Amino acid sequence: MDELQTQVDESLARIAEAASIDQLESLRVGLLGKSGLVTEQLKALGKLAPEQRKLAGERVNRAKESLQEAINTRRGVLEEAAFAERLANERIDVSLPGRVADLGSVHPVSRTLARITDIFQRLGYQVAEGPEIEDDHHNFEALNFPPHHPARAMHDTFYFPDGRLLRTHTSPVQIRAMSGQVPPIRVIAPGKVYRSDSDQTHTPMFHQVEGLLVDETSSFADLKGTLAEFVRAFFERDFEMRFRPSYFPFTEPSAEVDIRWDQEDGSERWLEVLGCGMVHPNVLRNCGIDPERYTGFAFGLGVERFAMLRYGVKDLRQFFENDLRFLRQFA
Amino acid sequence: MKFSENWLRDLVDPAADRAELCHRLTMAGLEVEGVEVLGEGLAGVRVGEIVACEKHPNADKLLVCSVSVGAGEPLQIVCGAPNARLGLKAPVATIGAVLPNGLAIKQAALRGVDSFGMLCSAKELGLDADASGLMELPADAPVGAALADYLALPDASIELKMTPNRPDCLGLRGLAYDVAALFGAPLREVSADAAELRSEAVRSVELAAPADCPRYLGRVVEGVDPTAPSPLWLKERLRRAGLRPISAVVDITAYVMLELGQPMHAFDNDRLDGGIRVRRAAAGEKLALLDGSEVQLDAQFLVIADAARAVALAGIMGGLDSRVTDATTNVFLESAHFAPPAIMGRARKLGMHTDASHRFERGVDPELPRAALERATALLLQIAGGRAGPVVEAVAAGHLPQRGAVVLRRARLARVLGMEVADAEVERILRALGMQVESAAGGWSVTPPSRRFDIEIEEDLIEEVVRVHGYERVPTRSPSGQLRLGLPPEVQVPADRLRAQLVARGYNEAVCYSFVAKDWLQRWSRLDGSVALANPLSADLAVMRTSLLPGLVEALKHNLNRQQERVRLFEIARVFAAGGQGPVETRRIAAVACGRALPEHWGGDKRSIDYFDLKADLETLAGLSSSLASLEFHPAGRPDFHPGRSAEVLMAGRSLGFIGALHPRLLKALDLDQDVYAFELDLDGLAAGRLPAAVELSRFPQVRRDIAVVLPESVSWTQVESVLRRIDPGVLRELVVFDRYSGTGLGSGLKSLAIGLILQDSYRTLTDQDADHFVASALAALERECGGRLRG
Repeated sequence: MDELQTQVDESLARIAEAASIDQLESLRVGLLGKSGLVTEQLKALGKLAPEQRKLAGERVNRAKESLQEAINTRRGVLEEAAFAERLANERIDVSLPGRVADLGSVHPVSRTLARITDIFQRLGYQVAEGPEIEDDHHNFEALNFPPHHPARAMHDTFYFPDGRLLRTHTSPVQIRAMSGQVPPIRVIAPGKVYRSDSDQTHTPMFHQVEGLLVDETSSFADLKGTLAEFVRAFFERDFEMRFRPSYFPFTEPSAEVDIRWDQEDGSERWLEVLGCGMVHPNVLRNCGIDPERYTGFAFGLGVERFAMLRYGVKDLRQFFENDLRFLRQFA
Repeated sequence: MKFSENWLRDLVDPAADRAELCHRLTMAGLEVEGVEVLGEGLAGVRVGEIVACEKHPNADKLLVCSVSVGAGEPLQIVCGAPNARLGLKAPVATIGAVLPNGLAIKQAALRGVDSFGMLCSAKELGLDADASGLMELPADAPVGAALADYLALPDASIELKMTPNRPDCLGLRGLAYDVAALFGAPLREVSADAAELRSEAVRSVELAAPADCPRYLGRVVEGVDPTAPSPLWLKERLRRAGLRPISAVVDITAYVMLELGQPMHAFDNDRLDGGIRVRRAAAGEKLALLDGSEVQLDAQFLVIADAARAVALAGIMGGLDSRVTDATTNVFLESAHFAPPAIMGRARKLGMHTDASHRFERGVDPELPRAALERATALLLQIAGGRAGPVVEAVAAGHLPQRGAVVLRRARLARVLGMEVADAEVERILRALGMQVESAAGGWSVTPPSRRFDIEIEEDLIEEVVRVHGYERVPTRSPSGQLRLGLPPEVQVPADRLRAQLVARGYNEAVCYSFVAKDWLQRWSRLDGSVALANPLSADLAVMRTSLLPGLVEALKHNLNRQQERVRLFEIARVFAAGGQGPVETRRIAAVACGRALPEHWGGDKRSIDYFDLKADLETLAGLSSSLASLEFHPAGRPDFHPGRSAEVLMAGRSLGFIGALHPRLLKALDLDQDVYAFELDLDGLAAGRLPAAVELSRFPQVRRDIAVVLPESVSWTQVESVLRRIDPGVLRELVVFDRYSGTGLGSGLKSLAIGLILQDSYRTLTDQDADHFVASALAALERECGGRLRG
């Protein structure tokens, strides 16, 4: 009897020391398998006298249970360790770059244009377009620029041999929009414009957005409100802003809009960001709209200017150099 | 327009400091562009006279001067200026003075000789950029006087950025009206009495082009002293207005122009022959101008002529022969009104721009010539003496601009501005601006002064009212009113989505100029049908592009030259082509790519980009408009693309553009030593998609069968696909090529395609026999129509 207990104790110690699932399994087979130690003992019970059989049976069964439990416990420990080891082996460097994060970038001018049109579309403006090669009528005459008028000298114009020209502003889209529909009109016209001028602060091609609203109630106060709202929305901050009288042949009264801008040196200065005004009655009339019944306002802005202010671009010419190191900053 | 602040304040002196004055001018539409403060920090600077002068004992270039500053002993001052000389009057900074540049004047020893002050240049005093020597003061300058008093300092040169509608403010008198209105300050009128006639000399005037010149006044002044200098005050005012003094007669005409706004011209009366005739130039007529240039004219130019020839380009510049010189003693003064349409654009046409043309093309007060002529005469007599002859005036009254009354309605004012302005304020503003204001039904009848060319309609008056009242006083309101819903069709993919898609595929958006060099297009065989500018900035920007690719490839090169090895660029813009009804503009989307297929990566694929990479990028664009299935790629031979690696792209049978590798010859011409892939498509065609139309899903399982077919190389996938698709369209759901092989074991001219056929029926479960039957039909069809066979 003591012999069994000794064997069980020894076996329990070996189970506790089993270093692998395989080792544990061979221990199990040696003890509890078909011809294992405990199985043999159970088989031997039949040879015992009935009065001894019960007692011996209980002892053998207790031994079997304790061994089985020890094996299960050890198996759990070994499996847990093996799992932990597997997980440890599966560890990766999570800081390595992801696979093929190949993201390009939208050009800052497109980005700015999209933002500006988005703001105005939310205010009920529709996007309109016009040709970039315009005629004198749409670019100048219908906008109340008489031939040879000094106001034309402010537009250094590219001409074609047939007298057509590259539009110098997006304002001709006003004429096209008004000629094609009856008020109420709210249009926004983004696009390329061209002036024969090239230096540090001028490129011969640049982008403008023109806005136009014509209805039966609009006033200069509405124009101020619209542009104040726009500037606030675009820059996502409040500005000190001023409307200053100016001159455009196609608006009367006309204004330029300045915002109070923080300089890098900590000072502030007024920066001109928009031109605007009430649509000149001659322009309405040129488009078949009765200026007595309808009033309207128009505004125009330089997209590159807004992009430079918004994203801190210092050199206008960078917009057209298409240097990837510049473009990727707008990803 | 640049002017002296003190001069303006002589005409109107508002109770406002310089900053306030400038602010109000800016806010009234007369934008102050710059303010140059003059003569601050001149305390202790006096008019001095060099009364003795000898060489410095220890320095060759220095003089030891004895300088009188009025009371007391002359000061000993060491000076190195080249123009220091006995008798010169010049500013002296005395001990204790601190100059505008911060220099504190102390007693000092210069090379061992004591110096008790400093003789100054104009630059050292902050008065002028001239640092070449001592500022020379006139001989009659009062020795010992404070320099600031003597020069009417401090002052400021104020520069306005003038809009073309306000020529009336190109003279101080006109500007003074605005200032008076802005501040409610009284105005001092500038006028001169008619000069006493002491000569009978006259020159007749004939208006041969009365519409162009409806008024011309001339006067002869005899016996003028040609050596008389312009007085200091006059020269200073010109200088502070940005003009260089020249001679008394010329300076006086410039002065009157600045003061009143009337450009004038002075001729040497002895160089004129007979009466003045204002006429159009004859074709080919030549005229030497006083700037030394010679111009060839035609009938669009107006000239002032005498009996013999043209002597001045009217309203622009005088002639060389008849100009006033330092020998001129008899002067003929011209003061005329030239109509803006007769002057507009003419100077520009000759590549000129003068103070006179600037004013006349914008409009000068037609009632001004006489006042200006009398003012100039008075100044001339005062400064250079002489005897004035009678004024000869020729006028074509019918051609003079008329200022009619303009009605301003109270209700219209309120509607346009979105605010009410009190009647009294409206009237005050308009009257202060020199307008005649009378009550009329519902508002006012307003007659603008003759100098205001810009007041023609009611809105012009509304602007005047609000400009002076203050734009800042107009409320800020959000527009209300009817809105219209204007949406593009759903099937039209917005450009921004295409843009976002290419960005997601790794492309950077570029923006290139719309005009390119002619030889770029030539190199790309894309010059035909292009439109060229008549006045390009340079040959590099001369022709409107017919394709986006030349510009994009230049941008690609720009980046390759800056160590960027993998470039992906795209652009969405218009191209231009000549057309019967004028130029045709088409929106395009184009992309270029070179370098590795994928960005460099630690686990990455290092192969170079090929046609199929780019094609996938293109296909995702078509996918946005649900148009992928209607896309076709046909081999195409464009001269700028590789003949075997490019395709014309069609959508629903319509050509959209091209895709492929650039032609090796083009690459060589462009100095590119690697393959570049590109596509360029019609944007509107690509963006026009179709609405998705849902079909019912089959409830039965799908079966996949893979086949490998050997085909001649010349058979395209498009052919194979169309053969397979025709077999049993109700059953073949999907078709994939999952492998392609050519080479060893196949025989030359052959390829093997491994194709997966995904079969499904809508009404029953397909059996093995059904699938086998489909595969057999497929192989038979491929053999029959494409010369294919099952790969053994």
